[in-house]
Amino acid sequence: MSTKATGDPLWVRVTLIAITVGFFLLFLFLPLALVLVEGLKKGVEVFWAAWTEPAALSALGLTLMTTAIVVPLNAAFGVAAAWAITKFTFRGKAFLISLLDLPFAISPVIAGLVFVLLLGSRTPFGEWLGTFGIKIIFSTPGIVLATLFVTFPFVARELIPLMQAQGREEEEAALTLGARGWQIFWRVTLPNIKWGLLYGMVLCNARAIGEFGAVSVVSGHIRGQTNTVPLHIEILYSEYSITASFAVASLLVLLALITIALKAWLESRFDKQEKETGV
Amino acid sequence: MMRKNILPGFGLSMGYTVVYLSAVVLIPLATLLIQPLGMGWDKFFKAVTSPRAVASYWVSFSTAMTAAGVNAILGLIASWVLVRYPFPGRRLFDALVDFPFALPTAVAGVCFATLYSPIGWLGKPLTDAGITVVNTTTGITLALIFVGFPFVVRTMQPVLADLEKEMEESAHSLGANRWQTFRRVLFPAILPSLLTGFTLAFSRGLGEYGSVIFIAGNLPFKTEIAPLIIMAKLDQFDYAGASAVALTLLVFSFVMLLVLNLLQSWAHKEPR
Repeated sequence: MSTKATGDPLWVRVTLIAITVGFFLLFLFLPLALVLVEGLKKGVEVFWAAWTEPAALSALGLTLMTTAIVVPLNAAFGVAAAWAITKFTFRGKAFLISLLDLPFAISPVIAGLVFVLLLGSRTPFGEWLGTFGIKIIFSTPGIVLATLFVTFPFVARELIPLMQAQGREEEEAALTLGARGWQIFWRVTLPNIKWGLLYGMVLCNARAIGEFGAVSVVSGHIRGQTNTVPLHIEILYSEYSITASFAVASLLVLLALITIALKAWLESRFDKQEKETGV
Repeated sequence: MMRKNILPGFGLSMGYTVVYLSAVVLIPLATLLIQPLGMGWDKFFKAVTSPRAVASYWVSFSTAMTAAGVNAILGLIASWVLVRYPFPGRRLFDALVDFPFALPTAVAGVCFATLYSPIGWLGKPLTDAGITVVNTTTGITLALIFVGFPFVVRTMQPVLADLEKEMEESAHSLGANRWQTFRRVLFPAILPSLLTGFTLAFSRGLGEYGSVIFIAGNLPFKTEIAPLIIMAKLDQFDYAGASAVALTLLVFSFVMLLVLNLLQSWAHKEPR
């Protein structure tokens, strides 16, 4: 056991562990259990019906499509930004890094609002787009844009510290050996950052699937057209279809659990990589 | 300045970064910043200071503050336990810390509203005891505690893991008891990161929407949060009013971040 100098008395340990476990039970385990119990309350058939109803399927389709667009775009951006920031020296770098984090400091509702102000049908730009029959707000492009905004920093902020720590010696060595720009990236940089990139993408993916506030502002809530899964849950809940609402929610809970499992696994990969390469 | 660097791709990666950042974040945000110019100072001021809006700032601010305060204490305890005490299931608990990050806010909101409703698992015993949670600021605070918890724990864990045990050992050999060691030696060392965690949780709570609106009941002047006012004004196509409240909230959270950053640099300088 620990020594007297660095260990806490038994009663302290027991109290602190009890507080922690109590908090976890009340705030984390209980909501988890509730979703399953409420979702399956009326039997598997009702649970299944909630999922196969057309509105639910179309919401799922929209969410998957949005995520499939948003995650690769923000991942590509994160890699580019991290490359520029960590491999080169330039003025205003600290300022640029703080700009990258900006979306995290902004309420999701405001994130949605700015796109309504810029592209809504009552704004000059939105009106101009309207003359070509292009509708962005209250339609899919608006949902994609708002999701891009709120998930913007995830990949970049994972990659920047990682690539900073790795330095640029390996890339420089490859260059001296005659490798070209993209060759260096695919053969040297990408294998080095793959776990960090995946980590950022997992977080970005979770947020893209679950975003509610920003998407709620730009969606217009047209059932079967511009409803994402979280918005569908809200509608079911406000219509007192509690069981259906929790049935749909249980899928998102499952995805959240998969996300944290992936996250924990990736973190163990980092530790391994750190031990192997010393980086 | 860049002469020594021989790596390629600066122009491409930097150009792409700037263009993408501007298109997705900066230009949309700038549209919000210029709104007051278009609507006139009078109208802007009126929208910002309308009694209902002012009440909502207070609801948002006070609940985010309380939740961040509770999270600072609970988060410190939890990260201490997770770093220092081996107990069965620690790895599971550690992974579950991120659950609020990974769970969509709407699902969290629906869960809390159901748990604490007068017929819910927790709401029923509480109601019997005369405590109402749904449609009160207590409910909002509970939801914000859930959302903000990982920020404090994930900030504190690496710091606690890096604490040198020598410090505690010397304090002990100099005759300090465990509580004195914590208060005089450990706490000053971890205070800056505790403030960081607090700030992150607070700033998240101030703008939080999805997890709050279900349990809040959204009663004007009582449990209506500032983001909801923005939403309500947008529903009435009152873009000017929505922007006014949004700008206030934005300025407010940046000022708070600034103040807490200053506080933090002060805590850093404090002699240990």
